[in-house]
Amino acid sequence: MPQGTVNLTADKLAGGPSFETKMERLSEHEMLLNMGPQHPSTHGVLRVVLRLDGEVVTQAVPDLGYLHRGVEKLAENRTYPQFIILTDRDDYLCAMLNNWSYCMAVEKLMKVEIPERADTLRIIAGELNRIASHLLFIGTFGIDIGAFTPFLYAFGREREMILDLFEQLCGARITYNYVRIGGVSNDVPEGWIEKAKKFVQHMKGCLKEYDNLLSYNPIFMDRTKGIGVLSKEKAISYGITGPNLRASGVPLDLRKQAPYGLYSKFQFDVAVRQNGDCWDRYMVRRDEIEQSCRILEQALETFPAAGEILGKVPRANLRPPAGEAYSQLEGARGWLGVYLVSDGGLTPYRLHVRAPSFINLAALQEILVGWKVADVVAILGSIDIVLGEVDR
Amino acid sequence: MAKGPWAVTGPWVPSQTPAALRRRYFMSFVVLGVLLLPIVGLVAYLGDRPWRLIEDVFALSNKAAALAGFQIPAWHLDVLATVLPFVFVIVLMQVAPIFLVWWEMKIAAHIQIRMGPMWVGRFHGALQTIADGIKLLLKEDIVPRGADRKLHFWAPVIVVAPAYVCFAPIPFGKTGFAPIHLDVGLLFVLGVSGLSVIGLLMAGWGSNSKYSVLGGLRAAAQMVSYEIPRVIALVPVVMWAGTLSLGGIMDAQAGLWHGVLPRWFIFYPVVGQIAFIIYLISSIAETNRTPFDLAEAESELTSGFHTEYSGMKWAMFFMAEYAYMFLACALGAVLFLGGGAPIHPSLSFIPSYAWFFLKVFALVFVFIWVRWTYPRMRVDRLMEFCWKFLLPWALVNVALAGFVFLMRS
Repeated sequence: MPQGTVNLTADKLAGGPSFETKMERLSEHEMLLNMGPQHPSTHGVLRVVLRLDGEVVTQAVPDLGYLHRGVEKLAENRTYPQFIILTDRDDYLCAMLNNWSYCMAVEKLMKVEIPERADTLRIIAGELNRIASHLLFIGTFGIDIGAFTPFLYAFGREREMILDLFEQLCGARITYNYVRIGGVSNDVPEGWIEKAKKFVQHMKGCLKEYDNLLSYNPIFMDRTKGIGVLSKEKAISYGITGPNLRASGVPLDLRKQAPYGLYSKFQFDVAVRQNGDCWDRYMVRRDEIEQSCRILEQALETFPAAGEILGKVPRANLRPPAGEAYSQLEGARGWLGVYLVSDGGLTPYRLHVRAPSFINLAALQEILVGWKVADVVAILGSIDIVLGEVDR
Repeated sequence: MAKGPWAVTGPWVPSQTPAALRRRYFMSFVVLGVLLLPIVGLVAYLGDRPWRLIEDVFALSNKAAALAGFQIPAWHLDVLATVLPFVFVIVLMQVAPIFLVWWEMKIAAHIQIRMGPMWVGRFHGALQTIADGIKLLLKEDIVPRGADRKLHFWAPVIVVAPAYVCFAPIPFGKTGFAPIHLDVGLLFVLGVSGLSVIGLLMAGWGSNSKYSVLGGLRAAAQMVSYEIPRVIALVPVVMWAGTLSLGGIMDAQAGLWHGVLPRWFIFYPVVGQIAFIIYLISSIAETNRTPFDLAEAESELTSGFHTEYSGMKWAMFFMAEYAYMFLACALGAVLFLGGGAPIHPSLSFIPSYAWFFLKVFALVFVFIWVRWTYPRMRVDRLMEFCWKFLLPWALVNVALAGFVFLMRS
């Protein structure tokens, strides 16, 4: 191997030399920086090994698996309803959508009719959860860039309100286990719809506050505009979905292109930005909050006054017919897909989760190259990964 | 309708603050005002007495000695007169960070719609910093494996020591209140404060950590660069005052324009404002605070040059940071805001040191406000901002000041 080139992945797989030894093999103006798994801004236990020339990244190798729990294997030993609580733990920032995605697969297998009230509740909970997830993104992205205060606004005020709403709805604040096969677990408590309406109004006002404080802040724009550009072609070739894809100028949103649930009933736009840089990835999420508010307004307005919340599903010994089903929906981070194979027994024969974070993360090693250490944090933050979902 | 046992309070909307809470806020302002009145009264009554007291004690002890029939050797007094101001500075430097940290915690909390410390010391967590200090004293001192122990040990000392020395020529209110009278006070402060960079580099290099190295190098580059626009921004001030002595500069700002506007340098049209803004920006950069806190950039370098420090050594870096912030604000108050001068002569019943500290804390508030509002700049943009924006404007400002100066004379 020529002087100064190190194949980090190969070294690591071979249980290779320590960092110190590797440093000797780097050219003299380069160094290896180990970022994570314990680092304030790798958003969990991601590890990225960076080869730096001064402060400029020349190679980046993400290292995954620190949070691996074997969720897909565990599914094979759980009955179908039992597995819902594990989907909560995949992407713990939008657990509602994870529940929904899994239940959709089982419902496809069983061909269950879902009552309208339950479907509307799923959309309300799902969109609220999407807002909560994007709010957390706005907060943590601000911290990555160095602005601490927006975090307390988005995370500590607005997201808290959503969690309060969820707590009233299903008793949990993070892991909801709310969407069930055939419907949802709990009906809305009294006055909840009004509270949610109030929150949507509040949320719309808060977006202006974020814009003033963060989105159009000159330093923030300077740090994020033109940084970590992901071209349209690259994004498609990596299979990137969700806000990251839409920031690169592809108006692809499953809620619009392949509507599931009652989404075809509602008016909303797909948030798209053209440049594919960090700022666009941020702004797409900010716009999506706006659109989610629109959907929420309509859903809360047209919420059926009465009706079932659970379809006709056997309470015990749930055995979907043998076969396979693939369901996907637009998660907060991209296409959230569940592939389910049933052999007609009590437990799934095989389950696979298409985790959007995991697939979006693949682009990281390419778009990090050539940027500075400070940009690494910005780019990593803008891709918005959740390690619980990446490692599963 | 499902009704769970989970009793949840509704979402808190700022515009819907309950009337009772609003009344409580109002009452707390009233109580604060009532509490402040006697303090202002006491300070106004005491005036310059605490300082005169020292002289009185000297005079009294001389008299007493004369009565007893012997004379106190002159060098005793000399030693005392030298040591006392430094005791004052050192005590101030111990007390100021304690207050500043608490103040920053509270302001940051209120900017971020939080309460901040509320428990220790009963009154809004007033003793929180002292508790934190005790905690830091009791913490284990960790030296990482492979660290250069000598550099690692001396780095915090070298960072803190110049910060203390810098306060020597600062006139705390009046020219006479400076612990030491230096004709080149401004030059001394700017020069000595630059020494801390060495400590930061030592800390970065001696820790045997790559994050520390990056942080240390960033700090060095940043502090050396921003020293230049900062000093050049102060050139107009020196030109107008005609002296480098801090007391002299303060005295040069005495008086009023048209009997209304104090003749502080910040009110000198255009030149004064540009100089002040450049000074403020580069001071924030000098003290490594948020839009420019690249040296310790938490989200990138975990903690920069003090990543590998714990306990009191870490606290010394912290103290140095707050000391430099205090110093920058004190300099700002002396150079641009007239030091201990009241905003109008009719308010001169409030003694000069009260005015001085009022102005200093107003500037400190600006520092804190900026810190908790802005994101962090990137290292190359920071340098560009310094060399391509601040420095040219500082130079233009010097030319402007020179032009105005010529026109006047």
